[in-house]
Formats: sequence, structure tokens, C-alpha cells
Amino acid sequence: MTNNDLNISLEFSAGAELLFGNIKKRQVTLKGEEKWTIRKLLKWMHANILTERPELFIQDESVRPGILVLINDTDWELLGELDYEIQPNDNILFISTLHGG
Amino acid sequence: MSTAPENQVDELATLREEIETLRQNLVDKNRQLQDLQAAQRATAAANNGANNGVPANFSTPHVNDLTKDEIERYSRQLILPGFGVTAQTKLRNSSFLIVGMGGLGCPSSQYLVAAGSGRIGLVDYDLVDRSNLHRQTLHTECTIGLPKVESAKSALLQINPNCEIITYKTLLNSGNALEIIKQYDVILDCTDNVVTRYMLNDACVLQHKPLVSGSALQFDGQLTVYHYGEICPCYRCLFPVPPPPQAVTNCGDGGVMGAITGVIGSMQALEAIKVATGVGETLAGRLLIFDGANGIFRNIKLRGRRSDCKVCSTNPMITQLIDYEFFCSMHASDDNQALQLLSPEERIDVRQYIDMRSEPHLLIDVRPPNEFEICRLPSSVNMPLKDVLDNKFVEEFQNELDDKKLPIILVCRRGNDSQIAAQHMCNKYPSHTIRDIVGGLYAWHYQIDNEFPIY
Ligand SMILES: [Zn+2]
Repeated sequence: MTNNDLNISLEFSAGAELLFGNIKKRQVTLKGEEKWTIRKLLKWMHANILTERPELFIQDESVRPGILVLINDTDWELLGELDYEIQPNDNILFISTLHGG
Repeated sequence: MSTAPENQVDELATLREEIETLRQNLVDKNRQLQDLQAAQRATAAANNGANNGVPANFSTPHVNDLTKDEIERYSRQLILPGFGVTAQTKLRNSSFLIVGMGGLGCPSSQYLVAAGSGRIGLVDYDLVDRSNLHRQTLHTECTIGLPKVESAKSALLQINPNCEIITYKTLLNSGNALEIIKQYDVILDCTDNVVTRYMLNDACVLQHKPLVSGSALQFDGQLTVYHYGEICPCYRCLFPVPPPPQAVTNCGDGGVMGAITGVIGSMQALEAIKVATGVGETLAGRLLIFDGANGIFRNIKLRGRRSDCKVCSTNPMITQLIDYEFFCSMHASDDNQALQLLSPEERIDVRQYIDMRSEPHLLIDVRPPNEFEICRLPSSVNMPLKDVLDNKFVEEFQNELDDKKLPIILVCRRGNDSQIAAQHMCNKYPSHTIRDIVGGLYAWHYQIDNEFPIY
């Protein structure tokens, strides 16, 4: 473990967890010298923890329509979306929108 | 003593007819009762202050617009600090449109009516089905088969006859939405599909109405208020592009816990009351997420209105309602659409399957294991679609696949997943005879055995 390791928690809710081995919350360590953006995180997730049908999570290098990304309980749109620079101990939540009633 | 079959048939028909007559009778009687009660209240109100054997008749002047009945009925809200007479009067002067009288619409309308709303509109095209009763708590065993809006209306009037209730037994669509919506102050999205959600959003923006939006699936719920105030986003600001159809699950396929829709529907009523009365702080600009399986509520700060939103920005592209089924590539109901993946000769119907049951064959049921536990055909083996697509069947059924002459039959709930499975297996084993059953277990129920449960 080096000083550059970035520890964050990833959460999945309302069905998004089904694409990630049905695990709702996990701690991950992102390694490397460079800074981590959400764009880079999505690639990492695709390569490392996405277990089911990638097209239901990623589309055109972003999340597919109908998935909201929330960083520390704030809509990622307010924080720069794909360009947001991930900070230590960030909580990043991926939530599918529901339509049933 | 046994009854001859033809007598049984007659008896069944007679009983069904009698029950239908009684049902209609019940609806009529309930209506009569409500009318009489209303007339009685009107008479009592007129006589109020007239002599009741009291020598000097003294009529105490009212200090507000609320009637004696209303003060008694809403007393716990009237003494509630922060609500009181002012909010109660606003509520009585407010109208709410509830779109969808299902798991969300039932609790939300129940609390809105009980709390003293002046006027409520109910929209739903559907009839009450037994599979609704676990979560759609206004409907009862006696109202199965009746329109949901009528079933709900009669239940709601039992709770509070002071509320005016208007029913629309129709699917809200681009042709009728604006006309209906404009007659109400606050709109509640209690629908069950993506298409109607986009349409309702656009209609509310075009008519400048706040939209209290709830949704639920399995153990999860979500809730927010759209298009309320200057910076609050609309549904499109949040979701400019509809989700791919294959990523959308409805309650009929995914299941839903009744208490989850109860929680979200009740909270929709609360948000609607807050919007109408100005009491408290609404969820406009925030999204409430409920993970009922783990008992977690989260409150998310949402983006503001998008400056390039197609409907709510200052230069909108959408100025009238569009074709939402086309826009979403989906249908505006949670009814399952029959998939047409295979040609007829690649499939068999339930009667053909009955005929071939005596010959050796392999019957694979491709539903999830929890559904396989509910009911299944004799001699079927379970391999969920997901595992079929992962080629787990190659190893599992190695012996059977070695015999190229052994027919393989695939079955599921309605005959959609079985086509996907059959197509996948045919591609891998083109010289085998692999067929799926048209209509799946539903067809078995309707054409072979009525006692076989469907869900
Ligand atoms: Zn908008």
C-alpha cells in the first residue's frame, strides 16, 4: 500500500447491484499515481467488478440512461459528472430508477 | 351423491351470474347510502340552530369556514402545531389528480381523502385483479373484476364522504392528459411504466403543475417532487433519455412488497399536502431513496433545472405532447408484450406438447428458481434463462444432448424467455430438435388445466 492509494466506498441500489454480483456495498482501493475521475472509475468497474451484461451499465463511456450517480449523496451533475476528481473516502452510489407502482 | 357434469356447468354459470348481480347491487346500495347520508347531513345542517327542545335557541357564530363535522373529523390536524385551521382550509380548497390506482395510488388517495382534500381525480383504465390485493389496499375481494377507479371511489367515500371524487376509467395519453390535468392543483404520479411517466411529466410542465412522483419495485422505493418552484428539475432534467427497454422491470415481472408501495404512497400524500398547503419543506430538488430490505432512507441533493431541458427550459423543444411510446420504444402499460423471436414452426403449442408427453423428451423450465417453486409442469427441470445464456446447460444436460434425436422443450411463464433460450440453444446445437411452448404456463392454465395456478 502506497500513499497514492485511494480508498472509497461503492454502493448499488434499486437493482443496480444485480450487475455487480448482487453486492450492495463494497470498499475498494484505487491504485496509481494519476488522479481518478469518475470516467476512469467506470472503466475500472467494467474491468474489475461488473459481472453481468455491461450494456445495462455502461453506454458511450458513461452510465446508461436511467442510472443516477450520486457522490456523497449529491447528484453527480452538480459535481462535474465524468470529470469529477474522486477524493479519499468518497461514497459513490449507483442507483437504477424505478418505474413500478 | 354426485352431480352430473352438465349440471355443474349450469350451477357454475348461475352462481357467477348471481354473484355479479349481488356485486352490482352492493355498488348501488353503497351509492344510495352515501346519497342518503349526504341528504341527512344537509338536513341536519339546515336544522342546526332550529329548535331541538332547547328553550332559547342560540346560534354561536362561526369563527372560520370549517363546519362542525369538519372540526370534529380533522380535530387532530387542527390542533397540530404548524397545520391548524389555515392549512386545513387550504387543503379543502385544493384538488389532486392521482394517476394510477394501484399500489401507490391506493394509500396516497386514502390519506388525501381522509385528511380532508376538497376534490380528488382518480385515473386508471384497469380492473381489480386478485393479484392486486396484497398491495392495493382499497380494493377488496368483493370488487375483483370492477374498474379500479370505481372500487377505490366507493372505498374512499366510506372514509370521507365530504370529498368530491371524480373517476376517469381511461389510460392517460397525449390526447386527454392536458385537458384532465388542468382541472387539478397537484398531480401524483402513481403509474407503473416509463411511457406514462414521461408523458405525465411533460403534461405537468406544459400546464405548470407540480408533480409528486413515487415509484416502487421489489424492496425499493423512490420519491420526489418535480417542477415545483424556480430551480426544481423536472423528470426530463434528470432523465433526458429513456432507459433501454431491456433495463426496465415492472412489478408484474420483478415483484414488489406491499408495504413498500404503502410507505412510498403514504409519503406521496404527505408531499402533496405540503405542496397544497405550503406547510413544511417538500422534496422538490431532492430524491428520497428507500431501501426497505435494509431499512435505509437516503436523501439525495438533485441538480437544478437543466438550461437545455427539452420541456422545462426557457426555450423548450416540446411545446405539446408527443408520441411517448415511440419516444421510449415501449408500451404504456405493464402488460407483458408477446415477443416474436421465433417463427411458428420453431415453436409448439400446449396441445402439441400434451401429445408428445408420452415420448421421451427433455422439458426445461427457464424461469428463476423462486418462480419454479411456485408451480411447475410434471417432469420439468429448472435451468434459469441466465444460466442457459451462460451455456451452463451444455454440462448439465450433457447426456441428453448426446442424443440428437431427443426433443428438447423449453417453457417459461408466458412464452417470451423460452424463445430467447430456444434461440440460444438452437444456435449452439443446430441439428437438435429444440422448441419452446407458445404462451408458456399461462397457455397451460387457459387451454389445458384451469386449476393450474398462474401468477
Ligand atoms: Zn426539465
